[in-house]
Amino acid sequence: MIRTVVVGCWLALTAACGEAGPARDVSSMAPSPLKSGYEFLTPETQALQTDAFANPGFLWVDRGAVLFADAREGSPACASCHEANGEALQGVAAHYPAVDETSGRLLNLEGRINTCRERHQKRDRLDYESDDLLALTAYVAGLSRGAPIAASVGGPAAKYAERGRDYFYTRRGQFNISCNQCHNDYWGQKLRGDTISQGHGNGFPAYRLEWQSIGSLHRRFRDCDAGVRAEPLEYGSDTYVALELYLASRAEGLLIETPAVRR
Amino acid sequence: MARIRIAAPDTAEPGEIIELKALIQHPMESGFRRGSRGEVIPRDIITTFECLYDGEVVFEAEFFPAVSANPFLTFHTKATQTGTLEFRWTHQDGEIWSQTHALTVG
Ligand code: HEC
Ligand code: HEC
Repeated sequence: MIRTVVVGCWLALTAACGEAGPARDVSSMAPSPLKSGYEFLTPETQALQTDAFANPGFLWVDRGAVLFADAREGSPACASCHEANGEALQGVAAHYPAVDETSGRLLNLEGRINTCRERHQKRDRLDYESDDLLALTAYVAGLSRGAPIAASVGGPAAKYAERGRDYFYTRRGQFNISCNQCHNDYWGQKLRGDTISQGHGNGFPAYRLEWQSIGSLHRRFRDCDAGVRAEPLEYGSDTYVALELYLASRAEGLLIETPAVRR
Repeated sequence: MARIRIAAPDTAEPGEIIELKALIQHPMESGFRRGSRGEVIPRDIITTFECLYDGEVVFEAEFFPAVSANPFLTFHTKATQTGTLEFRWTHQDGEIWSQTHALTVG
């Protein structure tokens, strides 16, 4: 009797059973082999991403470089603390999200940039998804283009990674589907006109043809949540930042592509 | 402020066919879309692009609502003399954005 239950559970409800089990190691569930969203694009879209001139995401990177050098009376430029051309920040984005030592909070790149604005520049925070914050984030992430993702999920980051993992494995919305079901169980398969990728964040902020603009990873999360008819979370919400960390842990070693081009 | 990216050679041989690329950031709002409250989003597009070589038009394009946001053009011209290439976009309401590039021939 018990045996039938276990077998039934194994066949029909693998995902649900996995959630109940004791496996809490946040990095053990990475899809294999790891594939960037780039590999699921058409050759034309791939060519647009790799052409450093034609890739429209670079319009934002260029703007980010200008903002990075913007010094004002009593408020130094990013470049005054992080070197001209952002040299001191090369490779940094590959370690994000990361816990801020001063506040103990988990910050993604957007959060870090806004923290520097408040703490070190005495300027207001930029609105999430504003053109300027996207530009600065694309610029800073672009400084790590080609660097392998290596976010820390130990120590103070562990509880956040776990929270992100929970979000990833929880079914939600009217369709009652989890991120895991699409991006772990069905990557490579078709969903309407799209090929489902493994759901990595290594290209963000990314230029999506559908958006006709660059957008943050949280905008992508909101689209995926809305796609299963769940209520999307706020831009910059702690849960989305934690989800970003979990995605980074499951994408460890994948190269940063910002600004990527996506369908 | 419009963001523009130009790719053009700095030098060329006389008579050489050179490739020019021009990208501008613009929403190219078609005027056919509706916002979340059902209101029509007004048309907001660039209508013409010109490339001038020492003041003479060597390439021209008309844009319509179906052109994508952030339009990107690649075209060619013949390098004849040292001079200035001007890339110029004109908005439906007459506003002009332009950028120049110096070309040395010889
Ligand atoms: C119903 C299936 C489905 C669900 C559920 C879903 N997604 Fe997606 N997701 C997609 C599709 C389709 C795309 C676009 C094609 C692609 O890149 O996978 C996408 C794209 C993405 C991307 C961008 C990948 C890239 O390289 O551009 C990320 C990141 C992502 N999803 C994360 C998530 C997260 C996190 C969740 C849960 C909150 C989630 N998705 C839930 C279907 C889904
Ligand atoms: C007055 C100096 C100063 C200015 C100006 C400044 N920062 Fe920082 N930045 C720091 C310090 C110090 C840290 C380390 C964290 C902390 O103590 O806040 C840091 C950390 C960072 C990090 C994370 C580095 C890491 O290794 O984790 C990034 C990214 C960053 N800054 C980007 C920016 C950007 C973008 C701007 C402009 C919008 C900016 N900073 C402006 C001083 C500055």
